[in-house]
This record gives sequence, C-alpha cells and structure tokens, in this order.
Amino acid sequence: MDRVNWGVFAYIVRRILATIPVMVVVALFVFSLLHLSPGDPAAIIAGDTATLDDIARIRQKLGLDQPLYIQFVTWVWHLLHGDLGISIFTNLPVSKLIAQRVEPTVTLTISTLIISIAAAIPMGVLAAWRAGSWIDRLVMVFAVIGFSVPSFVLAYLLIYVFAISTDLLPVQGFVSIRDGVRPFLSHIAMPSLALGLIFAALIARMTRASMLDVLAQDYIRTAQAKGLSNDRVLIGHALKNAAVPIATIIGVSFALLISGVVVTETVFAIPGLGRLTVDAILRRDYPIIQGIILVFSAAYVLVNLLVDLSYTFLDPRIRY
Amino acid sequence: MTVAPTDLALLAAPALRKGGVQAYIRRHPTIVIGAGLLGLMVLMALFAPYLGTVDPQALSPIRRLRWPSAQYWFGTDMLGRDVYSRTIYGARVSLTVGISVALLASGFGLAIGLVTGFSRWTDAIVMRIMDGLMSIPSILIAIALMALTRASMQNVIIAITVAEVPRATRLVRGIVLTLRELPFVEAAHASGTGFFRILWRHILPNTLPPLLVNGSFVAAAAMIIEAALSFLGAGTPPNIPSWGNIMAEGRSLFQVAYYIVLFPGAFLSLTVLAINLLGDGLRDALDPRLARRM
Repeated sequence: MDRVNWGVFAYIVRRILATIPVMVVVALFVFSLLHLSPGDPAAIIAGDTATLDDIARIRQKLGLDQPLYIQFVTWVWHLLHGDLGISIFTNLPVSKLIAQRVEPTVTLTISTLIISIAAAIPMGVLAAWRAGSWIDRLVMVFAVIGFSVPSFVLAYLLIYVFAISTDLLPVQGFVSIRDGVRPFLSHIAMPSLALGLIFAALIARMTRASMLDVLAQDYIRTAQAKGLSNDRVLIGHALKNAAVPIATIIGVSFALLISGVVVTETVFAIPGLGRLTVDAILRRDYPIIQGIILVFSAAYVLVNLLVDLSYTFLDPRIRY
Repeated sequence: MTVAPTDLALLAAPALRKGGVQAYIRRHPTIVIGAGLLGLMVLMALFAPYLGTVDPQALSPIRRLRWPSAQYWFGTDMLGRDVYSRTIYGARVSLTVGISVALLASGFGLAIGLVTGFSRWTDAIVMRIMDGLMSIPSILIAIALMALTRASMQNVIIAITVAEVPRATRLVRGIVLTLRELPFVEAAHASGTGFFRILWRHILPNTLPPLLVNGSFVAAAAMIIEAALSFLGAGTPPNIPSWGNIMAEGRSLFQVAYYIVLFPGAFLSLTVLAINLLGDGLRDALDPRLARRM
C-alpha cells in the first residue's frame, strides 16, 4: 500500500517538474520574438508615422538599448516577480491590465467546458452503444460539421438566428454572474455555444472511439451476462474505462478553446483577454501580447498537468 | 524486405482495381465528396475572373449596402463593392494559404523529424523546443509574429507555418522511432543496406501516408487561422479580398447587412468541411486499424 502511494507521489512530482522546461521554452520564445523580427523592433512597434524621438522612447521603454543578456536576465527576473512589463499605449502594468480582463474569459471558458462536455459525452456514448445506427451517423455528421465551422462563423449564425430574426437573446456584451443569474446566462449562452461546438465535436468523436474499444472487451459481455442494466454497463463499466483518452483529448484541445476565445470575444464584444489581445494588436502594444501569450500558455500547461494527474484517479491501474 | 513499406499502398490500391469507380465511391464516400467539393473550390478560385465577377476592389458609393438580388448575387458592402466577386476571389487567399502552409509545415516537419528520430543528441534539444512551442496556441504564435511584421500574405503563411511545424515534427519523429526498431529495418541493416538507402526506401515511404493525412488537417487549420487573423486585423492586408477580411468589414454592419458576413463564412466552412472529409477519408483508406476506431 505504502509503495503504491509513493509511486503516485513520485509521478505527481515528476509531472509537475516536467512543466518547467516547457514554460522555459515558452518564455524564451516570447522574449526572442522581439529580437527575431527583421529590422528594428522599436521602429516596427512605433509604426509608420513615428518620429525618431518616438522610436528612441519605445526602445528605451522596452530596454532594447541594453545588451541582450542583460535584457533577458532583467526580463526573467521581473517575470518571476509577476511583472510582465508596462503597456506602451496605456502606461499601465501589463499584469494589472490582464488581471482586469481575466473574469469574463475564465467565465466563458468554464461555461463552454461545461456545455460541451455535458453534450458531447452522452452523444459519444450513445453513438458507440448503437454503433452503425442512425443515432451513430447523426453524431458523426455532427462531429465532422462541428469540426469544420469556425467559431466566429457559427457565432454570427447564432446571432442571426437568436438575436436578429427572433430577438431571444442579446446580440452582444457580458454580464457578471454577480449581477444576476438570468442576464448572465442570456449573455453567455451564444458565445459558449459558438466556442463549444468544435470542442464538443472532438470530445464526442473521441468518446465514441474510446467506448467502441471498451465495449468490445470481455468484461463488458460478462457484465451484461450477469444481468446488469444497460445504464450500469455503459456508465459504470464502459465509460469509466474509456475515460483516459477522453480526458486526454479535453486537455489537448484546450488550445483550440483558447484560440476560439480570442475571436469569439471580438464577435460578442466581451471585455476579456481576447479583446485585450485584439486591441494590443491594433496598437502594436507588444508587452501586452507577450504577457497574454505567457498567461494563455501557462493555462494550457496547467490544464494538461491536471489532466495527466487525473489519470491517477481515472485509472488506478496505471503504475508509474 | 520491402514488404512493410508497400503494405499501405497495397491496401488502398485494390479499391481502384476491383469494380472500378463505383466501388471506390461506395467504399470511400468521404474522399469522393471531400475531393469533389475541394476541386470545385479550386476551380472557382482559378477561374474567378470568368464567373460573372467584377473587379472585387471596385468602389461604387451610390450602390452601397444593396441586398442580394439578381444583379448583386451576394449584395454589396458599405463601399459598394460586389460581395459575390469578393467572396469568389477570397477563395484564392484561403486556398493559397492552406496549401502553402500544409506543404511547408509537412516539409519542415519531415526534415526535422527524420533528423531527431535518428540523432539522440538533437532529439533531446529539438523536442524540448517543440514541446514548448506546442503549448502556445497556434493562433497566438501567428498573432505574435504578425504583430512584428508588415501585413502580407507571405508573412501570414510563414507565421502559421511556424505554429504548425511542431505537430508535424512530432508525428514524423514518432513514426521514425517506432520504425527503426522493427524487424524489417533491422534486417535491412543486417544485410548491409546503407543508412541513406534505409532512410529512402524504408523509413520515408512509411512516414508519407500519416503526413498526408496530417497535412490535410493542417491545411484546414491554416485556413481557419488565416481567416481569424484577417478577421482580427492581423492577417492578410485589407487591400486583398480574403474571407476573413470581408467578414471583418461586415462586422460592424452585421445587424443591418448580415449577408456580408454570412456568405464568406459559409464558403470558409464549406472549404474546411471538404478538406476535413478528404482527410478523414484518407486516414480511413491509409490506416484501416485507425479507421475502425474513429
């Protein structure tokens, strides 16, 4: 018993340590971006109408007048203290700007996760259980179409159906859940659906594939033979054993969700990190773009860390 | 000794011989539908000037915001430009970006993957870098690169390629690592076949089918990213009509003239659907083991 727990513990520690080199590469990429670009980064950020003074000011502000290694050490040092630099346009700390915008993005991400997982797993289970039937075909058609319609195209389609033709939901905007559940739900519904379709398509497909594998196993026949109800066999025996690949695809496709957030927030005018990114692009406010890449990548790494750690619960047979 | 590499080709080939075209369609309906739809899009892009289009950039302020009609099939935008012509010409941007990125990312992925698969020393370093890059969502890599360069189609292609190379590299490396331990490669080695000949005759042919399938999904992803970048104002320059640009221009007018956004959106979705169907079909045809599962 003790030895097993040690094994799991060692695995968890090793898995957490493994995120460090990944984040180091992300940080190196984000840092070197400014220096990889052809030409003078200060001049590019300043734009076409900048004067020489503007360029010098930006160069000094970004520390580009220092030697490269000093720039890197200072940058990492600040990063480790949670300092992501100063926005060129607003002169405010990037970490503060990001903190202000986190709530809508996190809310949208969580509601999307809930909606798509709640819809996709039953679809995948049903499709695998009735493999080859019309339900199965319907789910597979949904999966292929869901994977092909970009979130911002679907977003406009939803706006057309629910806000322009029928007036059922507000066209855009964001209301915090603290300001009332009903307005919150009516504002978050369309963005979550638009963002969740591709995610749900992937999960449904993986659930079906993973369930098909498990349903072909001998212990499923045993469970049926001993007279267990279909629900017990499907949920208790099959889904439980099919869970690891499903968890994996949720982690891996979290990147799609992040990409979708940036665009979806623009369509629905949600004042989150995506909107901040777009404003930063238009103003060439590079410190903000760097900060956002770091935050989003850290979130992705964290989600995949949690998924990997969940294996120890989902499948205790896995020994490390 | 060359049994394994030709295996995959043999599996796909009989469908063509037995029963001809009809049997092939019955066996791989998704390939046929996907390839057909994609073929139509390519033809449309190639023959854009002959499809009843006008100059997609021609301004006509008197005729702005006309609804779709017999004269303006997809209506006109706020500057009086013909949305139908712009959408048809927009296919050129999407297809160019999709195909270029798929070719470039697969090429670089193949080269880097082969090297890392055979050299433990480079493998350790390169794969750490790839792991790091893969944890940055591709659209953010592309946004970061685009924010530093001038908007041009070439830069869009480079930016999306950088974001897509790690996955292709991973794929090739994985295949190489598995293959080099297999008996037929060992046998080739034992019978004195040179390194480059093994690489060329045994390893390379086995990496191509999965790379082809992956390439189709890369093309689809690249088209979506290009459209998203243009939609956000960080992609193809506004003077080139791309589906993302048309949608970006129609954004503020969506409530009065939603057709400006919906037509390019529909074409984008259809093209991506065609490529996904083709990719799914190719995977089923090239890898029957996986086909049963997915």
